[in-house]
Amino acid sequence: MGNRVVITGYGIISSIGMNADEVLHSLMDGISGIGEITKFETIHKGKLPLAEVKRSNEELLELCCLKSKKKYSRTTLLGIVAARQATEMAGVKPGQSYRTGLVSANTVGGMDRTEDFYPLFLENLAKGKLSEVINHDCGDSTEKIAEYLGICDLTTTISTACSSSANSIMFGSELIKAGMLDRVIAGGTDAVTRFTLNGFNTLMILDKEGCCPFDENRAGLTIGEGSAFLVLESEELALKEGKKIVGLLSGYGNANDAYHQTASSPEGIGAGLAMAKAMEMSGIVPGNINYINVHGTGTQNNDLSEGMAVQKLFGEYVPPFSSTKSYTGHTLGAAGAIEAVISLLSIQHNCIFPNLRWTTPMKELYIRPVTTLLKDIMVEHVLSNSFGFGGNNSSLVLSKYNPR
Amino acid sequence: MTAVNVIYINGLGNVSPQKTTDNNHFLDEVNRTQSNRLACIEPNYRDFISPDILRRMGRLIKMGVASSRICLADSGCGMPDAIITGTGLGCLEDTEKFLTTLIRNKEELLTPTSFIQSTHNTVSAQIALLLRCHNYNYTYVHRGWSFESALLDSVIQLRNGRTSTVLTGGMDELTNGSFEITSRLGHWRRKPVDTFELFTSTSRGSIAGEGSAFFLLSTTASHGTYAALTDILTFNRKDSVKSLPSILSGFLNRSGIMPEEIDLAVCGMNGDSTSAKPYKELTDSVKNAGIAAWKHLSGEYMTSSAFGLWMASMIMKHGQVPEAAVVRNCGDRPINTILLYNHYLDLNHSFILIRKP
Repeated sequence: MGNRVVITGYGIISSIGMNADEVLHSLMDGISGIGEITKFETIHKGKLPLAEVKRSNEELLELCCLKSKKKYSRTTLLGIVAARQATEMAGVKPGQSYRTGLVSANTVGGMDRTEDFYPLFLENLAKGKLSEVINHDCGDSTEKIAEYLGICDLTTTISTACSSSANSIMFGSELIKAGMLDRVIAGGTDAVTRFTLNGFNTLMILDKEGCCPFDENRAGLTIGEGSAFLVLESEELALKEGKKIVGLLSGYGNANDAYHQTASSPEGIGAGLAMAKAMEMSGIVPGNINYINVHGTGTQNNDLSEGMAVQKLFGEYVPPFSSTKSYTGHTLGAAGAIEAVISLLSIQHNCIFPNLRWTTPMKELYIRPVTTLLKDIMVEHVLSNSFGFGGNNSSLVLSKYNPR
Repeated sequence: MTAVNVIYINGLGNVSPQKTTDNNHFLDEVNRTQSNRLACIEPNYRDFISPDILRRMGRLIKMGVASSRICLADSGCGMPDAIITGTGLGCLEDTEKFLTTLIRNKEELLTPTSFIQSTHNTVSAQIALLLRCHNYNYTYVHRGWSFESALLDSVIQLRNGRTSTVLTGGMDELTNGSFEITSRLGHWRRKPVDTFELFTSTSRGSIAGEGSAFFLLSTTASHGTYAALTDILTFNRKDSVKSLPSILSGFLNRSGIMPEEIDLAVCGMNGDSTSAKPYKELTDSVKNAGIAAWKHLSGEYMTSSAFGLWMASMIMKHGQVPEAAVVRNCGDRPINTILLYNHYLDLNHSFILIRKP
């Protein structure tokens, strides 16, 4: 069986809550974080919705007990909030003798600050505050989070578009299984930027009303922001330390659709492969999955492709599924980790969260998402999907922890 | 280490500021420059990519795809079990293009191409797309550990029993914008410097560079095997208790070898007086080994250690250090064990160990 990797802590910050408790309540009460733009500066204000974290950078700094705002991108601040919650829950402290790593993920690094630097720089190459551009690279936020948490061991960052943080969770687990680390804080973070909002806008895949995944009349995704991290540990260590184990990372898989740079194949080849690999590693069959937290962006292309792959893999008995992006928006590099935390909440609280704003079944599919909160339902295994540009498809299986 | 754990470097592909695209030649003719900024000698991309696809591709994608093609052809591997890349800054040219238009046009009248290509995993995705490769596909983006993280993941994948070949690469491009910014940050020499005088002229700053190097790693040796990839370590110096020599002996100990067994240390020294100290500490701790360097040939960039590993692999196969790379001669000592040491701004340090297969 090999050594198993368990989850001993998690942290989350998103448009539906500043921590796991708040997120759980929003999920239970059907409160979406998608709404009119309030904090973010853009010409799309009033025209496009967003799923913003409703705190300014100054408020986030205060929350992290940090003083200077100069050094930190919003992406970093969101990451620190979530990673700190995760390590506090798991009792991970600096100075402990275990080899502890950090694997983070994001899509555009400190672009939010580069956007402030660039206008002056474009006018004159000698202008623009350098302190605004030194956070640009994707590794910057990870280094800052590591520094904040006092992590000196292996630190790295993954960027595979919208599957980034599902992949950081996978790699974190691989590092533990390979015996290179005892514990890994794994997840991702992304703040809303004009770069990404306008990028997706040029692709004409932003829903002006807020996303409604798996609905016949869906018109695209809604950009969100946030961060989530898990604390992964070898089962052996967690038991030795008498840790409360909140879940098991029982399987995962990454595959490439190899169809198109941005579009998914009509039959969801990569998606199907990723899901199959994840279940195989988990040692379960499709019938064992109690809930699928689908990628479900709300674009025409994704939901059809993913739906076809799910139908093909699960056949007649498709388990309850929903896209919680209808709450959190699409948090890009943070989405995989945010949805992993939501999957754990589903397992811990024996409930399945609804897919909001859904009214009409898709005509190409016989499956339809869960639209009301399902309570008191045994949730043992959750399949969580995250797919990204470049055909990058990842699936995680999160399971209820049962001692061997 | 048991035989099953040996990982072989079976193919190389390198697009760099040197003539490195033909694996039959090894730095026998050096592109000597007087500059503080090196640009890649780009191949005729039509040899690797069809014209209709080529037209739309950003520069780093072209460099990445071409070097991966050279590598696959060199190794004879048609379909790798995994594609893993590392890039410090990704497709910068496209990022800058989209950002510039966004600012100039005040968020209006934008087109998607440069946004799509700016995504950090575009190179690994394009390689997969052109090969129709559905396998594991990852991209690491962590400064001076981007390539090392890709290499580390490759080693893990190759040891998990499900993967027997991995196409691994590191790539970064230099743009006018990034050169200006990093110049202002004091990364580069203010005056042009001769290729062969980078290490003798002591001054602040290095020379900027770029490149894309790929490796075909395999669990089985082939007739063209260059070297065995023995181990890799990324580390920082935050924990100042440990000296560089003690980190090195700990690292070598994992492979059961002593520092005296290092025949050659290939080092990332870059001519920057503020970066020199760790390299001095390292070369002092392997007194009997030869020393070779690469950054006067490639320039400094976040994934330049990929050029370093390319050079080390070629040295292993050829059995000697090319004249242009020698820093300290090791005489007639046969080269069986090479240590690669690099650091990026004293933040990201790494060791890579390769041995004769």
